[in-house]
Amino acid sequence: MYTFSNRLKITSIILMIVGILGIGYGFISAPSTIEEAKAMVAADAHGGHGEAEAHHEEVGTHHEPKVTHHESVEENHHEAGSAHGQDAAVHQSHDEHTLSKLQNRPWAAFLIAGFFFFMLALGALVFYAIQHVAQVGWSPLLFRVMEAISAYLFPGALILYVFFVLTSAFHLNHLYIWMDPEVMAHDGILQLKQGYLNIPFFLIRSTIFLAGWILYRHFAVKNSYAQDEAKDNTYYRKNFKISVFFLLFFFVTESIMAWDWFMGLEPHWYSTLFAWYVFASMFVSAVTVIAMVTMYLKSKGLLEYVNDSHLHDLAKFMFGLSIFWTYLWFGQFMLIWYANIPEEAGYFLTRIEHYNLVFFGMLLFNFVFPFLVLMNSDFKRVNWFVMIAGISILIGHYMDIFQIVMPSTVGELWSFGVPEVGSILFFLGLFIFVVFSALAKTPSFVVKRNPFVEESKHFHY
Amino acid sequence: MASKVIQAIYNDDDILMLAVKRVKEAHHHIEEIYTPFPVHGLDKAMGLAPTRIAITSFMYGCVGITVAVVMMNFIMIQDWPQNIGGKPSFSFIENMPAFVPIMFEMTVFFAAHLMVITFYMRSRLWPFKKAENPDVRTTDDHFLMEIALNDNEDELTKLLVDTGAIEVKVSEKH
Repeated sequence: MYTFSNRLKITSIILMIVGILGIGYGFISAPSTIEEAKAMVAADAHGGHGEAEAHHEEVGTHHEPKVTHHESVEENHHEAGSAHGQDAAVHQSHDEHTLSKLQNRPWAAFLIAGFFFFMLALGALVFYAIQHVAQVGWSPLLFRVMEAISAYLFPGALILYVFFVLTSAFHLNHLYIWMDPEVMAHDGILQLKQGYLNIPFFLIRSTIFLAGWILYRHFAVKNSYAQDEAKDNTYYRKNFKISVFFLLFFFVTESIMAWDWFMGLEPHWYSTLFAWYVFASMFVSAVTVIAMVTMYLKSKGLLEYVNDSHLHDLAKFMFGLSIFWTYLWFGQFMLIWYANIPEEAGYFLTRIEHYNLVFFGMLLFNFVFPFLVLMNSDFKRVNWFVMIAGISILIGHYMDIFQIVMPSTVGELWSFGVPEVGSILFFLGLFIFVVFSALAKTPSFVVKRNPFVEESKHFHY
Repeated sequence: MASKVIQAIYNDDDILMLAVKRVKEAHHHIEEIYTPFPVHGLDKAMGLAPTRIAITSFMYGCVGITVAVVMMNFIMIQDWPQNIGGKPSFSFIENMPAFVPIMFEMTVFFAAHLMVITFYMRSRLWPFKKAENPDVRTTDDHFLMEIALNDNEDELTKLLVDTGAIEVKVSEKH
């Protein structure tokens, strides 16, 4: 029986409050008029930088060919030193573009952090389902931990869904350019995709997969508790069956989710393994969080039967899945880099040009560091080694989601400041609060009548 | 040094494990144990040092990636930096994504093969090597424990029979 310690509870509430203030500040400080936006860009540009920025933009903003064209015109005009009447219109378009990007920033920051913590819960749920289906012998002792982490699924999904309704149905931001009827009217390529990229269908798809995941979580946890009190293995069998179907459902809907929420940010671009790439990020971070919560509870003396072999197994998953993520990252990057087809390469041009440190830096956090730290078999049993590798993995995968969302929505006007930190703190606080409240409601951390729990108790590597 | 060894034959790996523990407690030096298959935990019970083959493998992998980098840097960048399909051959880093598959494979190749060869050398295995098997049954279903003998034949025989050996015999050390 675990009681949610007061210190942790207060910490999580403080995190949420500070986070909300940060998010609020982000929205207030976003410019509402073109003049404000221009002043902000000028303040950031540090004098002669401005021209270079415009130059970058030409390469970067592939998702709006119209604007790119205007900008190159604009630049030519500047170089010629002439001031035609057309210039005013060109400036107008450029400034509106800048304004909408700056206005996107707090929204994008919210989406990144919101999805990051949501995917931890979702990944943990997938891991949980896999343990059921594979009839794993070592992990039943950790089922309660996984169930508690996946408790965040519902509030996380709700927040994301409200976010998408505000984005699509109420047009409160410009994250998804295809949701803007103005853009749609002038863009032949997007018009061809209108059958898929339209707001009602987008919301219906989101509803279906979020509801499906939440329903599985609800019944799996319910059956898991019922199995504790049962006299036979009925509920265990039920869980086995629904987990199989959940995994089938998940791997279809996860692809669609990645296309909708993330590839949809860059609707002129497509990549076939993108959904798997997002999944790899999700899965490795989720296993990391499972390992972290397990270590925390173990250090409090609450997981009696969990030994360092269980930790060793989780650390092996962290190690292997980090490499899996890197494989997909490289697979996507290298294929596009090698062929260098303009309509595909634009995606990476923006990222390499404006997000160089984030884009390549995340390889250190996600691959090099965990690879070297977690390679040794003995290190995988040392708590603080797994902990620092885990922190590195989580930072790295936040950076990963950041570089998926930010370049497509804020472009070269990005920075990492109050709105981003505020969103992270808010969702971190909420995550801790929900997960540890769920743990506090758990009567016993040992699943009692699971057929594999005895094996799990004596698991030894 | 003793020139004779005592050999105890067992027909069950659990009995063998218990016997190893008792022989170790009695402070006799176990020369060798022959088993038809890996017995989990036997090395720990015998107190054998852990293997360092994984460490050698890591170092061989480092050699492999170095060979790949040096080779491709010389061939593709230094020696003849041709324009092949517009790939940037001005510096190694600019063209690196194209080299990664080879770097990866070379690392794995060196790590795997050199580790296997190391294993063969350290365990003295090669074609036409004369088999060192004191009793043919140990490749099928029997377990054999070999202990050095120092004029304590009776005492050891009694101990080994006590531990459940189905057969105890003294033979020349080979």
